[in-house]
Amino acid sequence: MKHEITLTINGASVTAKVDSRLLLVHFIREQLDLTGTHIGCDTSNCGACTILLNGKSVKSCTYLAVRADGAEITTIEGLSPEGTNHPIQQAFHDQHGLHCGFCTPGMILRSVDLLKNNPNPTEEEIRWGISGNLCRCTGYNNIVKSVQQAAQEMQKEKEATV
Amino acid sequence: MIPANFTYHKAASVKDAIAMAEELGEEAKFMSGGHSLLPMMKLRFATPEHIIDISKIDGLSYIKEDGDVLKIGALTTQTEMEYSDLLKENYHIFSDAIKLTADPSVRNVGTIGGNIAHGDAANDQPALMFAMRATIVAEGADGTKSIPIDEFFHGFYMTALEPTDILVEIQVPKARKGCGGAYQKVERKVGDYATAGVAVYLELDDAGVCQQVGIGLTNVSAVPMRVERAEELLRGQKITQDLIEQAGVITSEDCEPVSDLRGSEAYKRSLVNTITKRMLNKALERANQ
Repeated sequence: MKHEITLTINGASVTAKVDSRLLLVHFIREQLDLTGTHIGCDTSNCGACTILLNGKSVKSCTYLAVRADGAEITTIEGLSPEGTNHPIQQAFHDQHGLHCGFCTPGMILRSVDLLKNNPNPTEEEIRWGISGNLCRCTGYNNIVKSVQQAAQEMQKEKEATV
Repeated sequence: MIPANFTYHKAASVKDAIAMAEELGEEAKFMSGGHSLLPMMKLRFATPEHIIDISKIDGLSYIKEDGDVLKIGALTTQTEMEYSDLLKENYHIFSDAIKLTADPSVRNVGTIGGNIAHGDAANDQPALMFAMRATIVAEGADGTKSIPIDEFFHGFYMTALEPTDILVEIQVPKARKGCGGAYQKVERKVGDYATAGVAVYLELDDAGVCQQVGIGLTNVSAVPMRVERAEELLRGQKITQDLIEQAGVITSEDCEPVSDLRGSEAYKRSLVNTITKRMLNKALERANQ
């Protein structure tokens, strides 16, 4: 049975017909062709499929597409306007927060949620904050540094706009 | 991995969901956060024919004190609990547990009601519910029922909930002076099933005598359990280090762990002994604050 869903993805409204059992990650990758959202473990352990659903980080391999009806979704493609970097993306670039890049979209979107709830996290809070996202290359140190840089930059931006 | 075929139904209200469950029969399952059920469906351990989505129902997400109880709506997410000022200030046992439950993205979706209704001894909340002697409130075809936690878990993934019953609220004692709880679990890595976990809740009178105590365990038995023999030892006593030592030993004897890739039975019993003692000390310290 197909269900019609309408949702906003990276600012654009999308209407589609989906099967009950279609997973959100497959909808995003295969129906919307947004392949920046990766599939890693497929068991909600690794966080490669992390997206923002109504502003909160969610593992899209463990979410039914039909349940996203009415939701606002942000994937890595929509985090900042084309050709620009979000402060977190820039920080991952500056601090070498990635090697192979497979975990990076998930890491960055998870970090958006983390810094929204806790704009000035300690190193320990960052490590707990990204504990559901696995990286097999970096050993995490540069990822932590990236989140720290992003936190500082985003604080500065916030102060500048007040 | 994708789940076996099923038909999705979205419930607009509790009444609506119960009516759907009555119509669809036993092959229907309720889904709230879905972070326990959907992984099982993807692995084909669960193959329900119908999923009734209760996550969009309004009014079941709240944390409030009412009279002498704390009420938590079943659809309250673990993240909402994590950031609740009320829980952070007065209910440390929840803060202890939630930061150890899965990971932040899972907690954004997973609900307290689902954590309990799933009936899995590896989930964290059942141990807390035993420790705090919770009441589980469910609505079903034959009205509202309040189920004491000791009558809630019937077997491996089996609970007192009928197929048409929806867990709507949990109730635990309101925090007051002389009460304190604590929870700790050991896991190999974030998101893994617990190797072992222990929840403790103490109620002391003005003289420091233990009036009530609950000790609940995580993932060292097939069905979530409390440790009655250790509770009996402590009830009515002024809790001393000697009693805590004895309670640790009793708990390690009465739990029912099995050897698996997380450790041998002997290791798990030893771990339960250590965590029980630590949590009794921590709960005692909090109760005396």
